[in-house]
Amino acid sequence: MNDDHESQHESSGYGVYFLTWFALLLLTSITTTAAGMNFGGFSVFVALVIAAIKATIVIYLFMHLKYESKLFHIMVFIVLVTLVIFIGLTFTDILFR
Amino acid sequence: MSSTHSVAMEHHKDYTGSKIGIWLFLITEVLLFGGLFLLYAVYRSNYTEDFHNAADELDTMVGAANTVILLTSSLSMALSIAAIHHGNRKLAIIMLVLTILFGGCFMVNKYFEWGAKISHGIYPGSTTLGHHPQGEIIFFGLYFTMTGLHGLHVIVGMVLLTVMLFKVMGQPRSQVQFVDGHGLEKMRGGKLVFKDRAGAEVWTSEEMDDSVQRISLNVKFWPVKKRFHVADYVQLENSGLYWHIVDVIWIFLFPLFYLIT
Repeated sequence: MNDDHESQHESSGYGVYFLTWFALLLLTSITTTAAGMNFGGFSVFVALVIAAIKATIVIYLFMHLKYESKLFHIMVFIVLVTLVIFIGLTFTDILFR
Repeated sequence: MSSTHSVAMEHHKDYTGSKIGIWLFLITEVLLFGGLFLLYAVYRSNYTEDFHNAADELDTMVGAANTVILLTSSLSMALSIAAIHHGNRKLAIIMLVLTILFGGCFMVNKYFEWGAKISHGIYPGSTTLGHHPQGEIIFFGLYFTMTGLHGLHVIVGMVLLTVMLFKVMGQPRSQVQFVDGHGLEKMRGGKLVFKDRAGAEVWTSEEMDDSVQRISLNVKFWPVKKRFHVADYVQLENSGLYWHIVDVIWIFLFPLFYLIT
């Protein structure tokens, strides 16, 4: 029982976390710079895509989802689907009213 | 003696269970903010121009600085947990203190940011803001609600991490476990044996006859490199998860309020 847990949650070295942090800072500077440029209607899209990438990195590496079992992946997936459904359905109402 | 082992195991915490519990809680947090993000998205599509103008009044540099602070606090949080996994309690404590301090920096920034807005008459219900277009009023209403709720989460996180700090500093701690009732009946007539990892007997009790009413084990936990029991730190890990989700929410708040100009 103990061995099972230990192998499942083998902690990564400190280096991975510094790399993760560096990637997040890089993405922050990219999104801040991109906001200065004028992409028109795309600027919100670009900002949200970068935010989604950052969130994925935090959840996968900082929050150890990478090391968790399939159940946790399914749970997170269900939340995403729920959000997409209720935001998507609301917008079909707003846009075509 | 195998029955002894299983009896003792019943007192252990359910590691996977508590992990599922905290993730379920974090999901409710995401849905809470998800509702607010939906509100934001709808009003933004209705008042695109006003949202654009209102966001211009927020200082991008303050927002970016707070993003960097929170991301760095997430790093120190992750390092703190990694340190405890490596049996390095001292580093874990230092990183935990740093995380709390970064949280404090974030809130101080927030205080000055809100203070500047309020002194310019931009706050919910103010008469100055009342003269602005409808969309801007809604933008600032959402701004104060969402960053306010987020700030509240940061404060809760800081309190939680402070409690965890004292827990980690309190290690090694001891825990008393009892075996009585049915568990004890199963062991009657046998002996209690402690073995080390190699299987050599360290200590053997007297035979447990009918006079034994209860067995009490006083267990002390010492973090040793690579040899700790994960369940002992599950509270610290779960607090870390909470801290990270607060960071994730800010990752979305930042572009939506500061970068859409």
